[in-house]
Amino acid sequence: MANQRNQLIKKKVKPQEPGATRRIVMGAVILLFGVFIWFAFSRNIGADTETIFVLTPGGGAETVPDVQFNTLRGLNIFAGICAALGAYQIAVGFKKYTNVILAVAGGILTISFLAWGAGGGSINVGGMLRVMILRSVPITLGALAGVLSERAGVVNLAIEGMMISGALVAAIVGSIAGLWVGMLAAIVAGGLTAILHAILSIKYRIDQTISGTIINITSIGLTSYLVTKILQNRDLHYLNDSGFFQPIHLPVLSKIPFIGPILFSHNIYIYFMYILIILLSVILFYTRWGLRLRSVGEHPKAADTLGVNVFRMRYVAVILSGMMAGFAGSFFVLGSIGYFEQQMTAGRGFISLAAMIFGKWTPIGSFGASLLFGFAEALATNLSILKFPIPAELLLTLPYVITMVVLAGVVGRSRGPAAAGIPYEKESLH
Amino acid sequence: MEKQSKKEKKSVVKIFVEELSRSSFVFILLAIFSGLVIGGVLAAATTEDVYEAFRSSFGEGILESLNLIWETYSSLFTGSFGKPAKMVTALFSGDRDLIREAYKPFLESLVTSTPYIFTGVAIALGFQAGVFNIGAEGQLFMGSIMSAWAGFTFKGLPPIIHVPLALGIGFLAGALWGFIPGWLKAKTGAHEVINTIMMNYIAFNLTEFLIGGPMQDPVDSFKTPLIEESAKLPRLFADPLRFNVGFFIAIGVAVLTWYLLYKTTWGFEVRSVGLNPDASRYAGINATMITIASLALSGAFSGLGGASIMLGVTFRQTQSLSTGYGFDAIAVALLAKNHPIGVILSAMLFGFMRHGSRLMQLKTGIPIDIISILQGLIIFFLAAPAIIRTFYRLKEPKKEFEE
Repeated sequence: MANQRNQLIKKKVKPQEPGATRRIVMGAVILLFGVFIWFAFSRNIGADTETIFVLTPGGGAETVPDVQFNTLRGLNIFAGICAALGAYQIAVGFKKYTNVILAVAGGILTISFLAWGAGGGSINVGGMLRVMILRSVPITLGALAGVLSERAGVVNLAIEGMMISGALVAAIVGSIAGLWVGMLAAIVAGGLTAILHAILSIKYRIDQTISGTIINITSIGLTSYLVTKILQNRDLHYLNDSGFFQPIHLPVLSKIPFIGPILFSHNIYIYFMYILIILLSVILFYTRWGLRLRSVGEHPKAADTLGVNVFRMRYVAVILSGMMAGFAGSFFVLGSIGYFEQQMTAGRGFISLAAMIFGKWTPIGSFGASLLFGFAEALATNLSILKFPIPAELLLTLPYVITMVVLAGVVGRSRGPAAAGIPYEKESLH
Repeated sequence: MEKQSKKEKKSVVKIFVEELSRSSFVFILLAIFSGLVIGGVLAAATTEDVYEAFRSSFGEGILESLNLIWETYSSLFTGSFGKPAKMVTALFSGDRDLIREAYKPFLESLVTSTPYIFTGVAIALGFQAGVFNIGAEGQLFMGSIMSAWAGFTFKGLPPIIHVPLALGIGFLAGALWGFIPGWLKAKTGAHEVINTIMMNYIAFNLTEFLIGGPMQDPVDSFKTPLIEESAKLPRLFADPLRFNVGFFIAIGVAVLTWYLLYKTTWGFEVRSVGLNPDASRYAGINATMITIASLALSGAFSGLGGASIMLGVTFRQTQSLSTGYGFDAIAVALLAKNHPIGVILSAMLFGFMRHGSRLMQLKTGIPIDIISILQGLIIFFLAAPAIIRTFYRLKEPKKEFEE
C-alpha cells in the first residue's frame, strides 16, 4: 500500500515553472550573441590584427592610456563569455537579473562589433561615450516630459511638436534677447502648446492620439513656414542666429580620468538633465504631490473620491510636460548648433516615448534607455566617418530598430499607468 | 413621433436652417472655412508689405491685408483649378495646344491628388479597423523604391505584364511595411503609432542606402536608373500633361475599399473590431487576424500610392526627402470621416491645394508650408466639434433615439 502511494507521488508530474519559455528564449538569444560574434567577426579577422581602443575622450582632458589588444583573441574571449552566459541562462536562469545579463551581453556584442570594425586601426571609444551623453539629452528630456504626462493619465504624442516649437522659439528669442531668455521662452512656448493639448484631450475629451497628432502636424507646418519666411528675407536672417551655450568644465569632477570629460565637461543642458532626473524621481515617488499625480493616472475615480481634483492635476501635468518638452526643444538650438533648421527634431520626440516605455515610466529608467539610443546615434555617425564595412545609412536605422525591438517586449512587457489614454468623466450623482 | 404633433407647424425655411445647422456636411465646410480664415490672417500677419501699409494708415493696412489674402487664395485657386474663362474659350476654339494649356492646372491637380486618394483610403481603412497608421509615408516609400526596382530590372517585357508586375511589387512592399507593425501590435500589444513612425524612418534610411548603393544608376549618382518604357503608367494626353491611369486605379481602389467595408462580411468584421475589439472577440471574430490584415492592406494601398507616383510621374527614385503625402493623408481621412468615397473628395481638395500652392508661392511669396498649417487647423476644427459649435452657435445634432 505504502509502496503504491510512494510510486504515485513519484509519478506526480513536476509543475511547469512559470516563465520557462521566456528563460529559454532569453538564454538562446544571449547564446546567439556569442555564436554571432564568432561567426561574423572572429572568422573574418586575421590572426595578427590588433585593435586600439583610444580612451582619451578629448576636450582638453588628461590623457588616458589606450587599450590595445589582439583582435582575434579578444573576439574569441567575448564570444566565449556570451556563450557561457547563454548556456547558464537556458539551464538555470538568472531570474531577476536576466535583463541585466541581457544588457551586459548586448554590451559585449557591441564591443566586439567595434573591435572587429576597427581591426588594424584605432577607434576613439572615449570620444564616442562623450557624444553618447550629448545625444541622449533631448531624448531623456523628452522622455521626462512623457513621464510627467502619462503618469497622470494623458498620452502625450505631441512631444515632437512641442520640441520643434521650443526649438524655433529658442532660436528667434535667443537671437534677439540672448541665450537664457531664449531658453525661458522655449519653456513658455512648450507650456502654451501643452495647454492646447490639455484642453482638447481633457475638456473636449478628444482621442489623445488624435489631439497629439494635430499638434504635431500644425507645429511642424508652422515652424517650417516661419523659418522659410525668415530665410526668404535677408534682413531677417539675424532672427535665426542665436548661438549656443559654451561647455562648462566642472572644477573637480571633470578632472577625473576617463569619466570626468565624458560626464562633466558639457554645456549647461547636461547638468540640468542630471538635476531634473533626480528631481523628478524624488518628486514623483517621494512626495505627496507625486503620489496624487500617479493616482490620477492609475485610478482617477478613486483619487476623485478622496478629494483629488483629477482635471486640475491632469492640466498641471500636461503643462509641465509641455514645458519640459519645450526645454528639450531649445537644446537642439541653444545646446547644439545655434540656429534652427527645418524638421531638426527628426523624430526624437517619438524615440523619447519609446525610451519612456523602455524605462518603465520612471525618470532613471528613461535615462538609461536614452543612453542606449544616444549610443546608437553616436555609433552611427562615428562609424560612417571611420569607413566601417557597413554603410552609414543602415547604421542610422539602428535607433529605430532598437525602439521596435524594445516595444515588442523583448525586455519584458511594460505596463503603463492603468488609466492612461482614457478621458476622465465625472459621473453624475443621480 | 408624438412630439411632432405637439409642436406647431414650423415654416419650411426655419426647418431647413435647423437641419442645416445640424448636418455634419455644414460642419466640414465651416471647419474648412475657419481654417482658411485663420490661415489668411497668418499670411497677412507675416508679410512685410502689410506692415508697411499699416504704418501709413489703419485703413491702408486693412486694405493691403485683404488684398494679400485675396491674392493668396485666388492664386491658390488658379494654380489648382485654372482660369474658368480661359477653360471655356479654349474648349470652343478647338485648338489642341490652347486646350492643353487651359486645362493643365486642373489635370495636374488630379495627378497630385492620386497619391492622396491611395494613402487616404489606406489610413481610413486603418481607422475603421481601430488602428492609427502613421506609417503611410514609409509604406509609400517602400512601394515607390520597389516598383522602381521592378521597373528598371526587368527588361523586354510587354507593358501589359510589366505595369501590373511593378504595381504588384509596390503593393507587396507596402503590405510588408504595414504587416510588421500590425503583427507586433496584435501579438505584443506594442503601440502601432510609435512602431509605424519607426518604420517610416527605417524606410527613409533604407531608400537612401539603396539609391546610394545597390540600386544606384551607373551614370547618375544617387539616383536609380530610369524605369523601362514598358513599366510606365499610360498617359492620357500628350506632354506636358502628366495625367495617367493611376488616377483611375486610385478611384478603383477607393470604390473597392468601400465595397469591402460596407458590403462584405470581412468588412463588417473590420468595422466591428474597430468599434469594440472585446465585443468582437466575444462574437467569435478573430481580432488578431483582422488587425494584422488591416494594417497590411493599409500599407499595401500606401505602397500602391508610392508605385503610382514612381510609375506615373517620376520614373526614378532620386531622394529620400519626405513627400508629406503620408502625413497629410491623416487629415484627408479624418476630413472624410474615414469613408472611402468621401476620401476621394477630400483627397482632391488636398491635392488641389497642394498643387495650387506652388503658384501661390510664386506669386505671393507665401511658403507652401502654409498648406500644412491649413490642414492642421482644419483637423483641429473637425476634431473639436464643440469649438465650432460654440463659435458659430450651432445646435447639437439631433439624436436618433431618445432614451
